[in-house]
Amino acid sequence: MSAPRTAGRTPPARTLPPPDAARSHWHQPHRKPVLWRRRGTWWGTPWLYLLVPLTLLVTFTLLPVVHMVQYSFTDWDGLSPTSNWVGLDNYRDLFTRPQLFQVFWVSLFYLGASVVQICAALYFATILSFDIRLRNLFKGILFFPYLINGVAVGFVFLYFFQPGGTLDTVLHWFGAGRHLWLGNPHLVNTSLAGVSVWRFMGLNMVLFIGAIQSIPPQLYEAAALDGASRWQQFRYVIAPSIRPIISLSVILAVSGSLSVFEIPFIMTGGSNNSETFVIQTIKLAFNFNKTGLASAAAVVLLLIVLLVTWVQRLLFPDERVEQS
Amino acid sequence: MTVLDGAAMARAPRSRGRSTLLRSRVAVALKYLSLVLAGAVVLVPLAAVLLTSLRTSSEMADGPSLAAPHNWFNLHNYVVAFNDGRMLRALWNTSFIFFFSVLGTVLIGSMTAYAIDRFHFPFKKLVMALFLIASLVPSVTTQVATYQIVNNLGVMDTRWAPVLLYMGTDIVSIYIFLQFIRSIPVSLDEAARLDGANSFTIYWRIIVPLLKPAIATVVIIKGVAIYNDFYIPFLYMPDDNLGTISTSLFRFKGPFGAHWEVISAGAALVIIPSLVVFLALQRFIYNGFASGATK
Repeated sequence: MSAPRTAGRTPPARTLPPPDAARSHWHQPHRKPVLWRRRGTWWGTPWLYLLVPLTLLVTFTLLPVVHMVQYSFTDWDGLSPTSNWVGLDNYRDLFTRPQLFQVFWVSLFYLGASVVQICAALYFATILSFDIRLRNLFKGILFFPYLINGVAVGFVFLYFFQPGGTLDTVLHWFGAGRHLWLGNPHLVNTSLAGVSVWRFMGLNMVLFIGAIQSIPPQLYEAAALDGASRWQQFRYVIAPSIRPIISLSVILAVSGSLSVFEIPFIMTGGSNNSETFVIQTIKLAFNFNKTGLASAAAVVLLLIVLLVTWVQRLLFPDERVEQS
Repeated sequence: MTVLDGAAMARAPRSRGRSTLLRSRVAVALKYLSLVLAGAVVLVPLAAVLLTSLRTSSEMADGPSLAAPHNWFNLHNYVVAFNDGRMLRALWNTSFIFFFSVLGTVLIGSMTAYAIDRFHFPFKKLVMALFLIASLVPSVTTQVATYQIVNNLGVMDTRWAPVLLYMGTDIVSIYIFLQFIRSIPVSLDEAARLDGANSFTIYWRIIVPLLKPAIATVVIIKGVAIYNDFYIPFLYMPDDNLGTISTSLFRFKGPFGAHWEVISAGAALVIIPSLVVFLALQRFIYNGFASGATK
């Protein structure tokens, strides 16, 4: 049961459940004969509706996965009509490349950033859910970065991080010195991960606010009568109620930090140690024409993402964030 | 949206004397301080770009990064960015892609939801499993192979490549329609069927009109995603005439190299429409992303 969704769907969802519930619970066994067989619906009708969607699904999602796995066992360069079967060579190559550890090391920065992001989002969602002045203004300001075009975000922060640019100017007011935010290989990933927090914190916050608002107010009243402090209210009322959405955010954060692409690609092009797994894959495929090796890299990433999702389902089996 | 009642919670501390009162004052102050700081973190980078976009190139040479422009209505950089950055062309291309992708997504999503929710047929579970599996595949990973498919279909470097990809890989919209269609009572279908309507009439005359709120959600999510997407147009439309908002802005990097006042104006040109849409449709946007992201 997704809490935030109820905000948008309340009218239909609330007013219509009786027929819906009745249908799914005791009409279902009779539904087939009563509704469709007797009126003579042709068996192919549903397939007519599914024809285009399934074609697109197969062409642009499932077929690429199959092809990708195939390419990953060959030395294809993406252009020539022929290619050779090389077995597991690409995978061996991939795992023995020194750059491999570098790109996974870079993902750790983004993973760390998403921890910061989720904590900040929880904090701001909690304080913005209670009586506070200029609530909508603050909510709007914190959410707006999520709506900004990625290229524009990249340029805004290229300018922000410039030597002697906005960040250095602001820090100078507080007596801090200059840094090469993007030029220093030890600092660049922290700066880029900071941009990612700036950009995505608001989305997490809005999701959490939606979930917190669907908690029945009586729970707070009961907690207040028992003399619970704000922290205790958060710990024992809010956190357990929004656990599904928190676990979903964590999963999205993990798979998101593995597939970071846009911001580092636009801002640094992957130079200075800021190359991520996806940038590396894209470069292998489209700059170096190593389609086989790039496919192997993409397959590895896909497997990791599927593994993470599977672990989440394993850990939180009942917490699928779905309305059903 | 309702603000939760704080009165019940305020009651408890009040009875406990001064030190608690003082502490809660400090807590309130810290709360506002944190909000103002976070707001500043969001706004300062944007303000810097806005200020820069209004400065002349000679002002850029001296003055620090956050200096105010001499003339607050100096729109020269915007004119340069709009004309030399070919933003009109970009707007046209993005609108074209937006229109056809959204139209296609709405039709495909609602038809899929209709077929899955209103019919019983063999392999239905399999079909649903296919969509579920597809939703787990991050599209960014499969581009290596998708590129070859788009190439073979002969739509490479045309506006139809992104249109097809946006339509074909959008599982989230299908889920949104599926969730919503379940709340439309089947008795409506049955009544229409008794009146002699066939399945298409039911879909077109009953289901689609009742899906309007879901369609609005999909249009908003999809619209924002298409306006902001960089990866797909960058990969599939390298032609200079086929720049979208994102790729045209990206191309500022070369010719305007160090001219930050023009780049800033370009970025501001791209951000301002988002701001206007956000202010106009705030509530829909919050709800839309809440329902889109949890799928």
